[in-house]
Amino acid sequence: MDFSYSEEQQMLQESVQKFVMQKYDFYTRDDIIKTEAGYSTENWTMFAELGWLTVPFSEEDGGFGGNAVDLMVMMEEFGKGMLVEPYLSAAVMGGTLVANLGNDEQKSALIPQIMEGGLITAVAYAEQGSRFNPLNVKTSAAAEGGDVVLNGAKVAVLGAPNAQILIVSARDSGAQTDAEGISLYLVEASAPGVAITPFTTIDGRKSGDVTLTDVRVPASARLGAAGGAAAALSAVIDRATLAAAAEAVGAMDSLLAKTVEYSKTRKQFGTAIGTFQALQHRMADMFIQCQLARSIVVRAAMILDGDDDAATKAKAVSSAKSRVGKSIRLVGQEAVQIHGGIGVTDELDVGHLFKRVTALDLMFGNAEYHLQRFASL
Amino acid sequence: MNADFTTEELAFQSEVREFLANEFPAELKHKVDNRIRLSKEEIVRWQKILHKKGWMAPNWPQEYGGTGWTPTQKYIFSTEMGLMGAPEPTPFGVTMVAPVIMAYGTEEQKQRFLPDILESNVWWCQGYSEPNAGSDLASLKTMAVRDGDYYVVNGNKTWNTYGQYADWIFCLVRTDNSVKKQEGISFLLIDMKTPGITLKPIVLLDGHAEVNEVFFDDVRVPVENLIGEENKGWTYAKVLLTHERTNIAGVPRGKRRLASLKRIAAETDDGFGGTMAENADFKAQLAEAEIELQALEYAELRTLAALSVGKAPGPESSILKIVGTELAQKMDEMTVELAGYNCLPFVPEQFEEGFEGEQMGPGSSAAAAINYFNNRKLSIFGGSNEVQRNIISKAVLGL
Repeated sequence: MDFSYSEEQQMLQESVQKFVMQKYDFYTRDDIIKTEAGYSTENWTMFAELGWLTVPFSEEDGGFGGNAVDLMVMMEEFGKGMLVEPYLSAAVMGGTLVANLGNDEQKSALIPQIMEGGLITAVAYAEQGSRFNPLNVKTSAAAEGGDVVLNGAKVAVLGAPNAQILIVSARDSGAQTDAEGISLYLVEASAPGVAITPFTTIDGRKSGDVTLTDVRVPASARLGAAGGAAAALSAVIDRATLAAAAEAVGAMDSLLAKTVEYSKTRKQFGTAIGTFQALQHRMADMFIQCQLARSIVVRAAMILDGDDDAATKAKAVSSAKSRVGKSIRLVGQEAVQIHGGIGVTDELDVGHLFKRVTALDLMFGNAEYHLQRFASL
Repeated sequence: MNADFTTEELAFQSEVREFLANEFPAELKHKVDNRIRLSKEEIVRWQKILHKKGWMAPNWPQEYGGTGWTPTQKYIFSTEMGLMGAPEPTPFGVTMVAPVIMAYGTEEQKQRFLPDILESNVWWCQGYSEPNAGSDLASLKTMAVRDGDYYVVNGNKTWNTYGQYADWIFCLVRTDNSVKKQEGISFLLIDMKTPGITLKPIVLLDGHAEVNEVFFDDVRVPVENLIGEENKGWTYAKVLLTHERTNIAGVPRGKRRLASLKRIAAETDDGFGGTMAENADFKAQLAEAEIELQALEYAELRTLAALSVGKAPGPESSILKIVGTELAQKMDEMTVELAGYNCLPFVPEQFEEGFEGEQMGPGSSAAAAINYFNNRKLSIFGGSNEVQRNIISKAVLGL
């Protein structure tokens, strides 16, 4: 049993920490959010130079060969800085789908570009009626000659406005909630019939709704076997779910640290408010929630890196996301409460951390959804 | 990063499992499974079996007859014990007073007391709390006044667990009234047969008297029963209170409880033609409890991993106490919820040694309310959960 980070993991952690500290203060972040792109291309280039974009890829694919624990280490630090760059959607989700499902041609065309920072992908899977179930797919894929014609609408596609290529889930066959019959297609964001309605999320990221109207792609744009993408899609979303949970663990650590610090300096009734037991116990509860969240995420990361079957891994991820969601609500709400009025203003980072963790709770399924999924697996 | 046991640890785990399967007496297991109280004789019998194997004192150094186990081995042992339902040795001797005697006692005291603890020849009990000194233990008032070669003790202690079985009691007594309250306390060992000691049982909500009040009326205690120096008792007491408690989180017990809850839910009608196992709200509660256990288990493993590389058990262990007890209480509450009307009959004697009749109600519903009431103590004793939150605030958060 060993819960310490390897030397490589420590280096990875330090490199992200250093970046967040030097390049990502709250005001710089705010400036980045206000740009049209909504993320910093300069930072993205730096991510490539630092090798972070290679982390999700195996060594055979020319990557770092990062496992779930590596991903957890990075995401925690990203969470502290509330990064808005599309790392999770492009590198982790899009990259992993190409790596796991793509043929040699697709992989050699796309993976080097992704790792070099020249290509950003986004995964379009959620639909208005699907809620958090990625296997509920109404978008249709109809074969026509050697082509496939896609029709449907996707919602909340993280990083869509930044992406050159969308990876779209669509149904070749089967009923709306069947696992069988789901395929993934590589679709140029600029292709005729693709319309992206961009929006900025509550936590400062770029996202968008995507409609597909008679979008024609060649059959060679399909990732993997026809109708057989469900398992790979679920696995990637599970990995992204763990990443989101890890990001929340980092952000919650920040929320706790900032709250404790504030309570030591803010004076009312002639004394620091941190001396009040009513507040001390609430901060102790925040600490407990942070530790339980970290513990369950570590557990899930280890299980993802182990030899268990897909169902066991999925169950571990749902356990973690559900538990972290519960922590998020307490830690986020109490951080704002203990900060008092300043906590609900736009000028302080605490409110923005609260927004980030709130978004992370619902991303890839909130606490209630994952509790139900856990119980059903 | 990995949560795997080494080959040696796995071999040790098998050895523990085999030992428990062969040596934990079936009659005792039956009683534990049916929540029937074990008698003093049965507890002692089991402890002697542990001692014969050399496993009575996992937390003692080898020179005193301890196991010399690593933190991971101790964890494996207490986990397997918990999964089997085998009771850990009563803590008052082996876990509480013994480490104090080892650290601060004289050579003579060590020889006089430690072997009998190891062999379960002597039953110890605790004399800490007083009616007006609970969480604020240092305000205790029981006085010990020196008179020649004796201390004369007057006062009373309370919440004394199984004092009715005890041969000896370790006590915190006040030996100086003129100084700061922590600086006038001494640590005294008292033979329960000494004239002037009387016990008054305290009946708890489950109808059983597992605790007592202890009255000291001019009790003469030889000065050689003082541990360490006079007025230094508070320091020794704190060592005892912070002494590493194995299995504080209660994860194995929690796993047994959860399995039992699932079993009972499947056998309990929901009143609408289905079972409680299919009830959406109850299913969610079960899932939440299971997830909490997983989080707690890994919080404990992370603490254990830190211990294994030589870090001291930090105030973080307060988390394990708070979360472990709150989860145990939540599961008690769920048992009551499942039992419905079946937990209404109050028949405490059905859990006592010698009860001949059938236990009332299906499954363990007969015990549901009894356990729910009794286990409210979990968040109160051992440093109430509020005190644990004070510890986290001060020692971890620096507030």
